[in-house]
Order: sequence, then C-alpha cells, then structure tokens
Amino acid sequence: MSNDVSRDKSQPALLHPAYKSTVLRAPQRPLIQLPAGYGDLSQPVYGHLPIIEADRDLTRHGATGEPLGERMTVSGRVLDEDGRPLANTLIEIWQANAAGRYIHVRDQHPAPLDPNFIGTGRCETDADGRYSFTTVKPGAYPWRNHANAWRPAHIHFSIFGSNFLTRLVTQMYFPGDPLMPYDPILQGIPDARARERLVAAFELDLTQPEWSLGYQFDIVVRGPNSTPFEERA
Amino acid sequence: MARDLIATPSQTVGPFFHFSLTSTAALGEMARPETPGERIRLRIRVTDGAGDPVPDAIVELWQADAQGRFPQPAEVVPAAPAHTYPTWGRLPTGDDGWCEFGTIVPGPMPGPDTQAPHINVCLFMRGLLRHVYTRIYFAGDGRLEGDPLLQLVAADRRSTLLAQRSSPGVWQFEIRMQGPGETVFLNI
Repeated sequence: MSNDVSRDKSQPALLHPAYKSTVLRAPQRPLIQLPAGYGDLSQPVYGHLPIIEADRDLTRHGATGEPLGERMTVSGRVLDEDGRPLANTLIEIWQANAAGRYIHVRDQHPAPLDPNFIGTGRCETDADGRYSFTTVKPGAYPWRNHANAWRPAHIHFSIFGSNFLTRLVTQMYFPGDPLMPYDPILQGIPDARARERLVAAFELDLTQPEWSLGYQFDIVVRGPNSTPFEERA
Repeated sequence: MARDLIATPSQTVGPFFHFSLTSTAALGEMARPETPGERIRLRIRVTDGAGDPVPDAIVELWQADAQGRFPQPAEVVPAAPAHTYPTWGRLPTGDDGWCEFGTIVPGPMPGPDTQAPHINVCLFMRGLLRHVYTRIYFAGDGRLEGDPLLQLVAADRRSTLLAQRSSPGVWQFEIRMQGPGETVFLNI
C-alpha cells in the first residue's frame, strides 16, 4: 500500500487484494505529483452527442413499453467540497435491470434481460447543480471475485465537474442493502463516513404517490484547492 | 484548508460500461474537418502486470488545441457539435488491449515553464477503484528537455511517457499498469 499511504482516506486505495482485479492492475510505483496548476484544465467539450430530455428517463427507452421493476427517481446535487453547486455538468449513469442483468455481451449470468430496459442515461445539472433520473431499481447480481460473491444493487455514475481533476466515476448504493458489508469494492474505501457518501437516502418528499420511490444522492467532487497529500481531519 | 464536505469516493467503472459510456466510436474522433492542426492517428495499448492486454479499459484524452489552448468556460457549449477544439475523446480498449484515436498534435502550453506538447490521459478499468492519470508526450520533440513535469520524473522512467511514431502520421503509446516499464502515473 506504499502507493497510497498519503492519499486522502475518503478515497479507495489502488491495491485492495480482496478485490482481485486490483492485483494485476493497480500501479505499484509511487504516483508523481503534478505541480500545482498543471492539472487544473478546463471543462472538456464533450458535445459530440447532444443531450436530450428523454436521455434522463430510463423507463422510456424500451422496445415495446415500460420495464419491469420498482420505478424510482434518483435526484440530487453536484457540489464541490465547499458546498458550491456545479452547474451544467454532464452526468452519465448505467445499471443492471431489475433482475440484476446488464444488457452487455459479457454479462451472461442466468437472469432475464428486459426488452424494455437498456439501463443507460445522461443529463446535465441545472444552475443549482441539480439533476434527476427516472429508472427502475437495479437488482443484485453474482460475480466471480470470491465464493458466493454478489454485488449490492448499485447505479454507476460518471461526472465531469468543472475541470480535469474533478472527474469522478463512482457507484450509488441503496440504504439497508445487506450485501454492502460483504462487497470488496465498496469496502475498498477505508473511511466509513466516506462509504456512507455512496449510499442514497430514501426520501418521502421525492416519492411520487402511486408512481415512484424517491432517492436522494448528492455528489461532492474535489474542489480546485484540494490537497490529496494531506490527511483530512 | 478545511473543507466542509467529504468528497464522494471513487468506485471502479467495472466491466459493463460499453453500452453506456462507449456506445459510439465517434468519441474517438477528436479532430473535426475544420479543426486546425496536424492530423494524427494515436494508437494506445493497455497491458496488466502479467503483460496481458487489458480488454476492458476506458481511455479518456484531454488536450489543448494546436495553439496550446484549452477552451475557456464561456466557449464551452456542451450541446453544440460545431466546436473546433479537439479537447476530449473517449474509447474502450478492444480484446487486444488497443484503441485508436484520431486527433491533432497539440501545441506547447505557454506559462512560466513552457510545457512540451502533450495529451492528458484519464484511465478507468475493472480493478481500478479510482482512475489514474498519465500524459502522452511525443518522442523526438525538442521541447521535452524543458518540460516541467518530465523534470520531476526519474530519467530512466521518462520514456514511459513518450509515444513513438510507428509510421507517417501514426503514433503508438503503451500503458503498462505494473512491472518492468510500468508507466508513470500522476497525482493531480
């Protein structure tokens, strides 16, 4: 772990042997610190694919109708570490269907695909940093990391933020999921409070009567003056 | 500086992103017909600690234009496809660990210490709980000696940051996650 002793404990170590794929893929040599200012590059122009409103409703991408599963909305804000909202930043999400199956050629475990669910969405935050997706709750699924290994239900998030160093790819989990303590990916984060940051909150205020369950998931990206070489108090 | 909020931790991109993040190869073509600059094909291969190809990585590139500039916030119009900055691209590696971008050679970046032309790399994959950064410089460029980042890298490792020209207009860059010749990765 010599590579990571100085790293902020809110972030996972690169080498986490309980998650077996890290063993041959985590860099072993110390990272070189880029001098201050050289990593602070502008927000990228990612305009190859225009974003449309329908991109953020994953229940409307089906072949013939609506997907099976528990309809839900996930909403929140993207903030920096000082609590300032990040406006107009791209969020991309992807997930398994309600049965825990991805529409991906390499996911062949015996759970059904849903012809009415693809499982990918995009949107941009508004002026207050807010975003919202409509989807169905993903199922847990097995993987081969260890005997009887199951990933807790999760939604993958990709966020750009304001510049090169706010780039973030992460996963959102669901409150009370009994699989979380057994998951080496989530448990690869040393700090318990930081792990809690990845667990969405069920919110009755976001729950729409007779329609969908509401979850809140706020995302805090690194600020422009973050100091990764200092432990956080 | 004290911060009020704990940053959201990173988690691996996992193996099942293709249908979402890399659903179109168009994201690898960074230069548009009207983009000024010298067109290149940039082939990148990712290998693991056993020397085997990594078939499920995402490579994101961020770079300056031919004048060494990045777009200013006021110029960033995410939904507009007609920009001329190359700036950003994204591709998955294939079963053989390779991906190939179309872009331009960036200009040197002016500043107190001029940075040699380079392309920033952000790398994601199953087995990386957080992404890693590196840079691609161009072998043979006369400005490498004065580059402020390369000065910080041990001389015997600098070559891991150099793309090599394999044929006219085609450059190749190897990313080795571990082992002999491990690529220099950056903390930013």
